[in-house]
Amino acid sequence: MLYRETGQFKTSYIADQAIFPIRQDRYLAAALLVVAYVAVPILGTEYWLLTIMIPFLVFALAAIGLNILTGYAGQVSLGTGGFMAVGAFATYKITTSFPGLNIVVVFVLAGIITALVGVMFGWPSLRIKGFYLAVATLASQFFLIWMFNKFPWFNNYTASGVISAPPRAVFGHFFVTGAEANPVDKYLFVLTTVVAMAFIAKNLVRGRVGRSWMAIRDMDIAAEIIGIQPLQTKLLAFAISSFYCGISGAMWAFIYTGGVEALAFDIDRSFQILFMIIIGGLGSILGSFLGAAFIVLVPIFLEYTPMSLGLNIPVNYISNMQSMIFGALIVFFLIVEPRGLARLWQTGKEKLRMWPFPY
Amino acid sequence: MKLQKLCCVVLGVAAFGFGMAAENAMAQNEQFIPRLVYRTGPYAPNGIPFADGYADYLDMINARDGGVGGVKITYEECETNYNNDKGVECYERLKNHAPTGATVVDPLSTGITYALIERATADKIPIVSMGYGRADASYGAVFPYVFTYPTTYWDGADTIITYIAKQEGGVDKLKGKKIALVYHDSAYGKEPIPTLDKLSAADGFTFLKFPVSPPGIDQKATWLQIRQQRPDYVLMWGWGVMNSTAIKEAAAVGYPMNHFIGVWWSGAEPDVVPAGDSAKGYKAAQLSGVGRNYPVINDILKYVYGSGKTGHTTADKVGEVLYDRGVMNAMMDLEALRIAQTRYGKKPLTGEQMRWGLEHLDLTPQRIAAMGGTGLLQTMKITCADHEGGGSVRITQWDGKAFHPVSDWIKPHQDMIRDMYKESALAYAKEKNITPRDCSQISEAR
Amino acid sequence: MEFLDFLQALFVTPFVMMWQNPEFLLEVVIGGLLTGVMYSLVALGFVLIYKASGVFNFAQGTMVLFAALTFVGLLEHGVPVWAAFILTALVMILLAFIIERLVLRPLVNQEPIILFMATIGLSYLLDGFGEIAWGGDVHALDIGIPKEPLVFGGVLVNEFDLCAAAICGVLVAALAVFFQKTSIGRALRAVADDHQAAQSVGIPLKTIWIIVWSVAGIVGLVAGILWGSNLGVQFSLSLVALKALPVLILGGLTSVPGAIVGGLIVGSGEKVAEVFWGPATGGAIEDWFAYALALVFLLFRPQGLFGERIIERV
Repeated sequence: MLYRETGQFKTSYIADQAIFPIRQDRYLAAALLVVAYVAVPILGTEYWLLTIMIPFLVFALAAIGLNILTGYAGQVSLGTGGFMAVGAFATYKITTSFPGLNIVVVFVLAGIITALVGVMFGWPSLRIKGFYLAVATLASQFFLIWMFNKFPWFNNYTASGVISAPPRAVFGHFFVTGAEANPVDKYLFVLTTVVAMAFIAKNLVRGRVGRSWMAIRDMDIAAEIIGIQPLQTKLLAFAISSFYCGISGAMWAFIYTGGVEALAFDIDRSFQILFMIIIGGLGSILGSFLGAAFIVLVPIFLEYTPMSLGLNIPVNYISNMQSMIFGALIVFFLIVEPRGLARLWQTGKEKLRMWPFPY
Repeated sequence: MKLQKLCCVVLGVAAFGFGMAAENAMAQNEQFIPRLVYRTGPYAPNGIPFADGYADYLDMINARDGGVGGVKITYEECETNYNNDKGVECYERLKNHAPTGATVVDPLSTGITYALIERATADKIPIVSMGYGRADASYGAVFPYVFTYPTTYWDGADTIITYIAKQEGGVDKLKGKKIALVYHDSAYGKEPIPTLDKLSAADGFTFLKFPVSPPGIDQKATWLQIRQQRPDYVLMWGWGVMNSTAIKEAAAVGYPMNHFIGVWWSGAEPDVVPAGDSAKGYKAAQLSGVGRNYPVINDILKYVYGSGKTGHTTADKVGEVLYDRGVMNAMMDLEALRIAQTRYGKKPLTGEQMRWGLEHLDLTPQRIAAMGGTGLLQTMKITCADHEGGGSVRITQWDGKAFHPVSDWIKPHQDMIRDMYKESALAYAKEKNITPRDCSQISEAR
Repeated sequence: MEFLDFLQALFVTPFVMMWQNPEFLLEVVIGGLLTGVMYSLVALGFVLIYKASGVFNFAQGTMVLFAALTFVGLLEHGVPVWAAFILTALVMILLAFIIERLVLRPLVNQEPIILFMATIGLSYLLDGFGEIAWGGDVHALDIGIPKEPLVFGGVLVNEFDLCAAAICGVLVAALAVFFQKTSIGRALRAVADDHQAAQSVGIPLKTIWIIVWSVAGIVGLVAGILWGSNLGVQFSLSLVALKALPVLILGGLTSVPGAIVGGLIVGSGEKVAEVFWGPATGGAIEDWFAYALALVFLLFRPQGLFGERIIERV
């Protein structure tokens, strides 16, 4: 009843090809953007902005990157953490060598460097498939972390190997990194970046490039026969995915934590991002956001509930119960909806079309 | 998805939102300390006794003295799992948990300390990184809100070399010897390297480095190399499972345990117990006393574990190395609070006021005796430029049942190390556009 | 000059070192082979489950930890070693029942990556449960395996490693007999070949899965005991799974001999690299070198040395 598209006619090809063809969807997307840009900064406490929204957005960006590689192009990769580290360290080196350069330009340059590194480590994918490729990408993960740990040039010869973000501003005096940065400024900067990059990703995967990725994912030999070049396609997937992961890593280091050592991007991080896209839905941009929200929010929710209910359970029990509930939730969601939260959302929309009728 | 299920989810999220927004009602006249702990995960064996010691001491002070200056101490533990993100999340959640905010933060992790330094300085909440974290934060002019008492890794490395020199019969006997460092290949493990480089150049010993990739469950290659190169002494900067594996492997290649000296985070019961008998003779540098022969420990046993009460652990674990370290941490934090109260009055204090107290911490032997910690704490004095204070370290040895001191408190070469702190801190200040405070201007008056 | 030094350290010095100290080289190689055997033990559990149910069991490391924790917990309560072993094996069989009923059956016919994710959820569950049940402390584990270093003509070998290798050999032999000679073993091989064909000749898939997960659990128990004797039984024990991954891809995910051979190659390769090439590159290269080594092998045999060739039909 609410969600019917009756009465909505498309009179141009462009209108027909919109990302949100149904008017209700457009309103919902616009409402979400308004909430994100206006309501959250005004109503959100510093805790919400700094420890929930910013990591959620940064993780969502990394999840989009990995989704492009694993969900759309079918190349299972466990090297996400390594690529995020490349982004973070590249940003650090560039901005400390050229302090005057605008931070946005630095991020983009770091992303490009990460894309090149991604292409280099993506070559084996031409020969190796499936779980074997996943474990092979672990080689890149371990190598990159080792490299950043080992060569002091990357962290400008500090004794400890921790890189810390120098203060940088956009538009003159809105600091987004460093101690003077306002949480609201940081949040808005990250939000804008993620929204822009998600938009670009959505258009990429809807277009010719995305379709060629999906063809490689589904049946790569057949795709090759109809003329899709596996080399270019797979390497492009690696490049773009690494670009996203690199920028995500740079934002993680510079905006969220303010200082990071190579071990912050180790294999646990890679697994975390992989969980996000599997829970959220492989092959879906919305799924990346949902998965990131799940992984970021559920642990906090699980930790906070006993406290707000007034139960005084020792922290180690809470933490272990949290681990158990988290694991059980993952299995539960997989049984209920193996294609992830994004599919659950789509099913919900379809039911909403029929509502209030059951079928 | 059925409508009912959807409603349940929405209600759940709403409840969560309310829960997040609601502030815990804190009673007046209470001083709140957030406790970042790790009681689960790979480092739980080390984190649990430390957290227990700290919490037990707070309970004891509340029970015995009614708090500090009549102000009760309340605390809330938050599980960080030794994870930097969770540590930051815990800090952000708990920092405004009381009318006066968090008093002091002990992150108990080098990674979390690094992540919190900027935030806590901006929030005006002091960080105490006792024997871990940024060693160069000891130069308080650049790091007003970070305190590294009673000693840092750089001092620790220096004192261990001094001990070795004493064992060999003098610093001149170090010339030509080989001293190896087996270290966790991370920020933590690399901390002593600049100091050891400098000392090896000055004293003439060969310094061999053996990095172990985290988590360090497989060190056969490292120890076969050590067997080949036969260093006279091996130092260890390990953490978690790396420690027990290293001791096992050292025994497996037959390296003499009494020439194997670990730093304080490699010198506790969880590290030596898995190796069983072969760990006997292993030495470790400690920054506090060990054992339970102190009046303050007896008070804890009396007030927290006596007649039917329960503490955070069992009475037989009181007096373990890490437990004592937690007690020491709490003792010094509360002593700083007491000193801050002498200036600001006996009421709940803010982080900024606590910082003043920390910067005027002065542990004389008389004061330590009054606190009941003779032998457990070392004498030290914090000043504006020196946030480390004592710097002394004691070497202990494992005999199969407990760690016993085999040396006195050894003082480091403070001038050399202080210069190193200053140099490194000033470089940090330059990179971050921080103007160092001028310590001569700051009044020392109480 | 530095670059030339680096080249020399990379291409000349290691071989010179090997030439000058042949006993040391032998020592490192033997130590590596024996460590590799320990990796193979963990990898065996993965292979068994992947062969029979097509699931990459991310929770294998946690199962090793859980088995070791249960074993040590029983020992600390005064149960004698043999009884503790049997009781823990029963616990692992019960665990296999529960996993099959609650995780595998509802997810039958799903894609491999979904099953993989389910095992990830399982590993979180087991982690949390194990720590609640047995606590977070370190437990020393000593069941009397000798650990003296033995020296044969200048080459050091540790008794413990030799015993571990012997135990692994016995285990692999037992598994080989089980698979080749018993009817259950034949049924397992049939299921590993083709699920649907096996079902059509009347092999009960669910029972086979329970059996396979139980056997993997018991293999995990043996691995847990051996590794736990080395490191102490603590949370980090589950990290041994990461060490087994390069072994798996080098040897092939579906092959038991592959797990053994892969373990030997990875173990000795990474130790030799760490000792002789490590100093040139700053050390601690073991971790990524194992993966790089596996990667090189994969480039020539994309399914691992002994893995089944995947025939793709378009």
